[in-house]
Amino acid sequence: MTKTSEVVSQRSVTRSKGTTILGAGVLVGVVIWLFLAFVASGPDIRETADGNTIGQFDAVRLLYIHVPLVITAYSAFVVTAIGSLMVLIKRSVWWDLVAGASAEIGALGAALTLLTGSIWGRPIWNTWWEWGDVRILTTLVLFMLSLGYLAVRRLEGTAEVRAKRSAVVGLLLVVNVAIVNKSVEWWADQTLHQNSTIAEGAIADLKAFTLFFSIVLGLAAYTWMMIHRFRLAWLERQYDRFGIEDAIAVRRSEADRVMQGDSQ
Amino acid sequence: MLAEIMLIAGKDLRIEFRSRVALNQVAPFALLILILFGFALDADRASLTTFTPGLYWVAILLSSVLAVHRSVAVEAGEGASEGLLLSGLRPASIFLGKTAALIAQLLVVAVVLLGGVVIFYEAAIEDGVLLVTSLLGAVLGVGAAGTLYGALLGGQRARETILPILLLPVLAPVLIAATRAFGDAMGTVAADGWPWTSLLFAFAAMYLALGILAHGVLMEEN
Repeated sequence: MTKTSEVVSQRSVTRSKGTTILGAGVLVGVVIWLFLAFVASGPDIRETADGNTIGQFDAVRLLYIHVPLVITAYSAFVVTAIGSLMVLIKRSVWWDLVAGASAEIGALGAALTLLTGSIWGRPIWNTWWEWGDVRILTTLVLFMLSLGYLAVRRLEGTAEVRAKRSAVVGLLLVVNVAIVNKSVEWWADQTLHQNSTIAEGAIADLKAFTLFFSIVLGLAAYTWMMIHRFRLAWLERQYDRFGIEDAIAVRRSEADRVMQGDSQ
Repeated sequence: MLAEIMLIAGKDLRIEFRSRVALNQVAPFALLILILFGFALDADRASLTTFTPGLYWVAILLSSVLAVHRSVAVEAGEGASEGLLLSGLRPASIFLGKTAALIAQLLVVAVVLLGGVVIFYEAAIEDGVLLVTSLLGAVLGVGAAGTLYGALLGGQRARETILPILLLPVLAPVLIAATRAFGDAMGTVAADGWPWTSLLFAFAAMYLALGILAHGVLMEEN
């Protein structure tokens, strides 16, 4: 009986040497990122042939957080979909926890994407919210769908039933995002979003590097959060599994002591 | 297979015929939404007529949430779902049967509501074929997706609150496509409704296929 409680108590923290190093690395990265975004790189000002200045000016700095957020969010949902598929194929607990952990981070990422995009849209597109834009609407629906997925994960039932049910919703999430994206594309028939700014060569040098750096930093932060969230979910599961057994064991040993006391 | 589907659909429709939940509760609820829109838009005939397609489909989607609840609720009590599982019927047949019954009920609601928009909003039907075809495609999609997500939540107590946030974002493409198709059929927007109608049927086909695949997995557990 003590064996099970050892399993639980052995790992009562989600920190390990690897995550400490990764976390410290991300923190250092954040400092460098802030320096790159606000000090080293300049505002986006370009001159046209007739001498007018165009560009995003200081608002370009918002892209160094908006772009990594959206890439991280969508990557997180891809991981959720893969995890969901693996749950259905292999009936694997590990993948179920991965899918759930990733969806939580994905939902947060999607929400922050919408928020930062809205703040950026105000000076650049002159609106907080643009109904005509495919990517905004798809991301919004993705965010809504992810809330539904997370709600389904919290439904009652045994761990196996919950895993299977969530896996179906997790897979449908991807299907739905694809359908929504296609239908909104037809409906709005336009996007205000520019094509990949780096691929077009519209921004170059330090701005391009800052953007690239911020994406790497975003994915590193995602990995760090994933590991911690996964370990926490694993501990929760261990607790659910062994918690009752432990409680019974404690009561039994109490009873034993009382009985012994009686007999003496 | 067809006999099995008819059996399940017949069962659900018989329950509906005896309890009249769709006719006496869901359809009036849909009409009520139309009337509320009328109050909200300040009884402005012109804007009501312009926005009829969108308002119509919002009313249908909200009512469909109630209809799906009902479809799941008839299986929830007294071990009905276990009975269904032990009946030996194929999960795909059960899914298609329940979808068929739900679609039949939604069609009744849709027709009642169509009468409602013609009377209250003075909607004009210019292209009847497009209207009926897109209506069928949309209801087919709502029925299939509704039955699938309904089965997913099964006998859960939290079903009432979770179903709308799960189902309504999923049905967003149906709302977009059906509104466009109706806009063309009612002459309120200058758009071609037929591509939208084919999108509705593509959505329906996709969800029918997904439901057939996933229903077996979901039924084992509830």
